[in-house]
Amino acid sequence: MSTLATHDRFGIFGGRYVPETLIPALEALDQALTQALADPAFRSEIDDLLGTYVGRPSPLSTAPRLSALAGAPVYLKREDLNHTGAHKINNTVGQAVLARRMGKRRIIAETGAGQHGVATATICARFGLQCVVYMGTEDMRRQELNVYRMRLMGATVTPVDSGTRTLKDATTEAIRDWVTNVNDSHYIIGSVVGPAPYPRMVREFQSVIGREARRQILERAGRLPHTVVACVGGGSNAIGIFSGFVDDRAVELIGVEAGGEGLDTDRHAASLTRGTPGVLHGSLSYLLQDAAGQVHPAHSISAGLDYPGVGPEHAYLKDSGRATYVAVSDAEALAAFELLSRSEGIIPALETAHAVAWVAAQAGRWQADQPVLLCVSGRGDKDVGQVSALGLGAGEAAGGVGRAGAAGAAPVGETSRR
Amino acid sequence: MSAGALASRFTALRQARRRALVCYVTAGFPDAAATVTLVQGLAAAGADVIELGIPFSDPLADGPVIQGSSQRALDNGMTYEGALALIGRARVDVPIILFTYLNPLLAAGPDALRRAVDAGAAGVLVTDLPVGADPPREEWLGSSGLAFVRLVAPTTPPARMAEIARHGSGFVYLISRLGVTGERADLPPELPLTVQRLRSATDLPVCVGFGIARRDQATAVGRLADGIVVGSALVAAAGRSIDGAIDLARELRRGLDAAGGELPGAGAPTRAAGEASRATPPA
Ligand SMILES: Cc1ncc(COP(=O)(O)O)c(C=O)c1O
Repeated sequence: MSTLATHDRFGIFGGRYVPETLIPALEALDQALTQALADPAFRSEIDDLLGTYVGRPSPLSTAPRLSALAGAPVYLKREDLNHTGAHKINNTVGQAVLARRMGKRRIIAETGAGQHGVATATICARFGLQCVVYMGTEDMRRQELNVYRMRLMGATVTPVDSGTRTLKDATTEAIRDWVTNVNDSHYIIGSVVGPAPYPRMVREFQSVIGREARRQILERAGRLPHTVVACVGGGSNAIGIFSGFVDDRAVELIGVEAGGEGLDTDRHAASLTRGTPGVLHGSLSYLLQDAAGQVHPAHSISAGLDYPGVGPEHAYLKDSGRATYVAVSDAEALAAFELLSRSEGIIPALETAHAVAWVAAQAGRWQADQPVLLCVSGRGDKDVGQVSALGLGAGEAAGGVGRAGAAGAAPVGETSRR
Repeated sequence: MSAGALASRFTALRQARRRALVCYVTAGFPDAAATVTLVQGLAAAGADVIELGIPFSDPLADGPVIQGSSQRALDNGMTYEGALALIGRARVDVPIILFTYLNPLLAAGPDALRRAVDAGAAGVLVTDLPVGADPPREEWLGSSGLAFVRLVAPTTPPARMAEIARHGSGFVYLISRLGVTGERADLPPELPLTVQRLRSATDLPVCVGFGIARRDQATAVGRLADGIVVGSALVAAAGRSIDGAIDLARELRRGLDAAGGELPGAGAPTRAAGEASRATPPA
């Protein structure tokens, strides 16, 4: 019987829970990936694009004022400086090169924050591939700028008006499109989620973050980080940076989920912190669901974290104790959005702001010689409209750091200890 | 009822040279009482098997009609247990198979299948558990006492068809086309060839679903396969009126009966009579 290879399970998690129609396509994708990874020409084509088109390696920045708050030297891995403004393009470049090798001319994607949609539209424009992006109507409202960017680059953005009108429903629609057009289309999934081999493939393409960061921090700090921190939606930027350190057992790995309006409300997206194992979108992982196995709608102020599931490898890292997952609320993330902008001159994506908020609130946790590595998964230009509409973020400069820092600190600690 | 009920139903159908009418209904749509009326009406209208859909919040193999009905059923409070209770309330002499996504079934717990047997279910079909995806859970389903109906898709290569059939029972559900459930204007041109391929891979009865909505389509598919599965068209009709859905089933029954007679390439009893070489596609 054609059972899954063990590398497509992460402990008990992962798998390939999809309609039969997709099985041959997933097997073909798996084979194409294996062949491609063994082919130096594939690697060098991707490396060349990452170097000359995406702008890698992304820098590692120090963050003096955030470091002062955290009481430890904080290093920022600057995925926000990539072309299109987030880590998402590392994955879309890899998958698009693979799709082209497989002779697929039509690309499907789902998007929440729009960053993955933009990154997909970008590489499709570059390669002359047809591109269809599914996006929930709620997210189209929140991330209007990215809708325009995708359309400008020639992608078709298809609104999804079912369910919660966010990433979950966009993903479901993208899978339906793929089931219908599987012979000529490749589905570029945007995170380390979905049926095998997607979680492993997306990790492979995002692992460049961790490889670079490990080399950079060894050069700059002269030692491995004490703690590596990243936000977790589906979990691709986190897996990307974790992968560089997962074998260094002494390095602490922290994933920060969206705590929304609070973990004790039903409005959050903390699948690992509060979910239970279940099957959604092709894999078994932690999932926000009710006792009857119906998926519970997620909530986060940040569209990119607003998803009730999470990549299966994170479920495994959690259960095995190798990584720790915490949650940060909407309000804390908003404060950190402002904090990083004012204290470091870096406007982070709202997704990233969750990770920043957690670090900012950890004063006393580290000693002065214990470096902290924080993944700045994306830039916040896309969020400026949404945040300013809330009447936040552009107040008087007086006391910027201190005030925002304090606003970020107190409630964060509370949430993440729950 | 249990696995045996489905097998004996298909044996009887083949002996009578009658094609199976498999009708899908979403449990709890438009509401629980109407589902009972509908199941009884479909049985009286000539349904041979009923697929009782357990509603799921994220039915990714389904089109808008079944998705909408599932949402409505959930809003009505339908659950796995509630669906099992409908079987007892309907008390029909037609095998009922549970049609579900994996997650609500897992949430129903390790003895979910035993409770289904006790409630009178004859089989189970899990849309997002393809053969080989999760051997321990497939074993759980395969040894439950329920027939475990597996799906074959138009993309399934012949070698895998045989593997799928080997791991299933009751009948094989052949998905007629790429895509999600929903009514379609025409049948896919390659369908006869796909049915023939599947026939040479298994002796299990073959029922074809996805997109069948009209009497003429029922006749056309009835000439190829052991039966048809009708879902979205019935659900859409039931959304308008239960009587309308029952009328549609009657129409489809007539369409199928027009296709009765010898089944090209079918397994037992044809194959038992030594005609295994029929598995070549018609010119
Ligand atoms: C900037 C940014 N960070 C993080 C995420 C969350 O995704 P993941 O957890 O896969 O990194 C997104 C998703 O849209 C994003 O745009």
